[in-house]
Amino acid sequence: MSIETPRQTEPAQPQDRRVRKALARRSWPQRLRVKNVTSIWRQPAVVTALVIITGWLLVAALAPVLSPFDPIAQSPDTYQPPSGEHLFGTDELGRDVLSRVLHGARLSIPLAFVIVVGALLIGGFLGLVAGYLGRVADEIIMRVTDLFFAFPQIILAMAVSAAFGPSTRNAVLALIIVSWPTYARVIRSSVLTIRGSDFLASARLLGVGPVKALRRDVVPNSVGPAVVLATLELGNAILMLAALSFLGLGPRPPAPEWGAMIAGGSRDLSMWWTSVFPGLAILTIVLAFNVLGDALRDRLDPRHAKGMS
Amino acid sequence: MSILDVRDLQVEFRSRSRGTVRAVDGVSLTVERGQVVGLVGESGCGKSSLARAVVGLEKHSAGQVLLDGEPVTPVGWRRRSDHDVRMQMVFQNPYGSLNPRRTIGSQLRDGLRTPASRTDPDGEVRRLLDLVGLDPATADRYPHQFSGGQRQRIVIARALAADPDVLVADEPVTALDASSQAQVVNLLVELVAELGLGMLFISHDLALVQEIADVTAVMYLGRVVEMGPTAEVWADPQHPYTRALVEALPRISAQPSLPVSLRGEVPDAARIPSGCRFRPRCSQAMDVCREDPPVVSRGAAWSACWLGDQIPVGAPADASEGDAR
Amino acid sequence: MTPLLDVRHLSVSLPTSTGDFVPVIHDASLHVNPGEIVGVAGESGSGKSMTAQALLGLLPSGARIGGSATLAGRDLLALRGKQWNEVRGTDIAMVFQDATSALHPMLPIGKQLTEHMRLHLGLDKRSANRRAAELLDKVRIPEPERTLKSYPHQFSGGMRQRVAIAMALACEPRLLIADEPTTALDVTVQAGILELFDDLRRDMDLSVLFITHDLGVLAALTARTYVFYAGRVMETAPTTDVLMTPRHPYTSALLKARPHAGDAWSAAADGTTARLQTIPGIPATPASAGPGCPFAPRCAFRQDRCTDAPPPLLDIAPGHAAACVVQPDLGEVPA
Repeated sequence: MSIETPRQTEPAQPQDRRVRKALARRSWPQRLRVKNVTSIWRQPAVVTALVIITGWLLVAALAPVLSPFDPIAQSPDTYQPPSGEHLFGTDELGRDVLSRVLHGARLSIPLAFVIVVGALLIGGFLGLVAGYLGRVADEIIMRVTDLFFAFPQIILAMAVSAAFGPSTRNAVLALIIVSWPTYARVIRSSVLTIRGSDFLASARLLGVGPVKALRRDVVPNSVGPAVVLATLELGNAILMLAALSFLGLGPRPPAPEWGAMIAGGSRDLSMWWTSVFPGLAILTIVLAFNVLGDALRDRLDPRHAKGMS
Repeated sequence: MSILDVRDLQVEFRSRSRGTVRAVDGVSLTVERGQVVGLVGESGCGKSSLARAVVGLEKHSAGQVLLDGEPVTPVGWRRRSDHDVRMQMVFQNPYGSLNPRRTIGSQLRDGLRTPASRTDPDGEVRRLLDLVGLDPATADRYPHQFSGGQRQRIVIARALAADPDVLVADEPVTALDASSQAQVVNLLVELVAELGLGMLFISHDLALVQEIADVTAVMYLGRVVEMGPTAEVWADPQHPYTRALVEALPRISAQPSLPVSLRGEVPDAARIPSGCRFRPRCSQAMDVCREDPPVVSRGAAWSACWLGDQIPVGAPADASEGDAR
Repeated sequence: MTPLLDVRHLSVSLPTSTGDFVPVIHDASLHVNPGEIVGVAGESGSGKSMTAQALLGLLPSGARIGGSATLAGRDLLALRGKQWNEVRGTDIAMVFQDATSALHPMLPIGKQLTEHMRLHLGLDKRSANRRAAELLDKVRIPEPERTLKSYPHQFSGGMRQRVAIAMALACEPRLLIADEPTTALDVTVQAGILELFDDLRRDMDLSVLFITHDLGVLAALTARTYVFYAGRVMETAPTTDVLMTPRHPYTSALLKARPHAGDAWSAAADGTTARLQTIPGIPATPASAGPGCPFAPRCAFRQDRCTDAPPPLLDIAPGHAAACVVQPDLGEVPA
């Protein structure tokens, strides 16, 4: 069966190879709107953030090798300022601050991942249900999230973890419980947008069943905002974990959790090194996650939005 | 028997702020195999709601949609039946009608239903791409690698994958530039002829509809005000709104002139004027227009206007703006 | 007559993320005489909107601009930063396709109009309000007083476009650039806006550069037209000449691709469903075009010499020029 309309070919390639490469990854209308924006992978802030995160991941993995001292070994050299032997000084029990900071990464980073993944699974599932099923399910789930949002996150986390009893496991559980509503909201909103899209309507018209459409059309397009949120939330999780342990509600001593270290050091602020170094650790890694999350949002969301009505 | 038969279709929307709005208020039309029925209307006339209700994406509140004699069920929680799937839609926005994260080949496979396609889905995908004038080797590419015109062709190919009898095209070329518009429109017209499809072609572009449609229906504020063979409706429009649309078209000629504008604006669908809906903007409105106008037939064409029914006596009445129902 | 706007050999290139430059306009010349409405026709990628942005200093930073553009003798391309504030709005103003995004959704229309005027003309509140009402009346908005207190979302698309035009005219610019102002509007509403432009031209002696892809609109409103393709001017002439007797294959193809219902040269309808004459391929952009004529790959009249060098704009008749070395006989535009 032949139709006379001529076969479509790809648009003629621009002569300069570099220009071609730059344009190749854009869709046709994007090619016409060349913006003065450097690729995010070249932006210094993003590169720095990636370096910092990679650095901390390595530290977390290699802390036992890198630490000069045993993080929980006490010594009579209490409150020693930074010196050649103890680069970050020692704390109130004579423990080496550097070793404790390095081991702190081993504690905080995996826990943060557990919290984020846990909240993503619960919140993501409920958000998907709320957005896709709509009506009653949506109302119920949204009212529950409203309930959670009525409280400041950290207060709620404190209450929950105090109720369960302070421990590492309970702090993680508390933080999962407290953060899932955010994921639910974001994913629900993403699902709602897709529900109104033409490509989903088209799939349903063609006879694709609701579950298959969910799997192939809805979920893959909701991944973008979820990834952005998860990255930002990693930083938030570390921060909240530190806050809980600062208040004594998290990992029990002598665990080298950064928040607890700050708490311990805050008793005597003239011994600044006991608080400042763990504080800097938190600062750098949380900031790095935020920068990365922002950059991912720029990358994933506008292109993501381009593909939908 | 017409392949598509729409009878007295009504589509209502409920909103907290505006109450119940009837976007489509009793529309009837038929489409035969191998025929293009053009539906023309401006914004606010309800043509998109009609399109979505006919194809089953929205529930209609009254009336019927019959495909080959059998009613069509709106899309719900079940898979679309083999019967209903024989009516497909071509959407307006080429950038929203395809999933950006799947290859076009995989999206074309969605609709395949024939036994032949089950044994050789890739072959079928290649055949469909060829049918719409695209290179079959591009089946593994992603939508963003194609231009707007090409994406519309993919959308058409996807609709054809289900081997439909009827295509509902809702402003399929509005978002494309001139070259692509012509190509896609020609493709649709050829497919209708070669495959014996019925097509409901919805557009605000009266000139385009005049070029390709066998039958033209003009819609205003939820109702069809005139319908008939395209040549007749164009050459001798009976309804003042149709006439206004024709006169508002800018034309190219040796003595160019400004198109004639229509006074007033489309009223909010929540506050429809009583009687003839076009009354507040009609230059020939009369007293009797406060009542629902009759349908006046002239051969195969008809229009809903008091003017066709009687010779107006006396001066036109004072047409006041918007009597809300 | 000295032109009000004189653009000569304008070239614009935009930077990409890799640091290279992509040409978007190449060697484009056009002019607008006082009190004239001039049309710029073209499809997407033709550079027509970029030209408008170049004339208003709205190009992205880092853009490379060549050639000259003068408005009543003042060099527009030499303006920097703060100097633009004096020119934009007062000497040259713009109306965009989407009136909704041109208007602030949270401010009453009166405030948006008067703010603009008070800034440039230094009027006090009462005179500004009076003038705002006058402007709304000039653009045929009923009940100007009530409109001043209303918000944009309370109006239809056509009304919002009229408000946008009123805002553009607030400081009595000499040149108004309209970029697809009626494309998003219904045809009956469009007719009203076109009527408005014509009235403004006659009442205020307003000069307009009217950019659109709709050839019918150009026929109705403009005195002269420039046809753009891939960032170049392909043809220019008095509008009736360009549209009734085009001399460039692209213009001719564009006319034939358009549904010509109602045009003077449309063939008598023979009742069968018709086909539109297509132009094979997709519109080229300056970046994708090779050496030689950018339209050559799609042109039915192409010869070998067409791909050697870009064709110069050749004068064919007084006021009518086309960038084609082949100069085929296109005749009257047939059905």
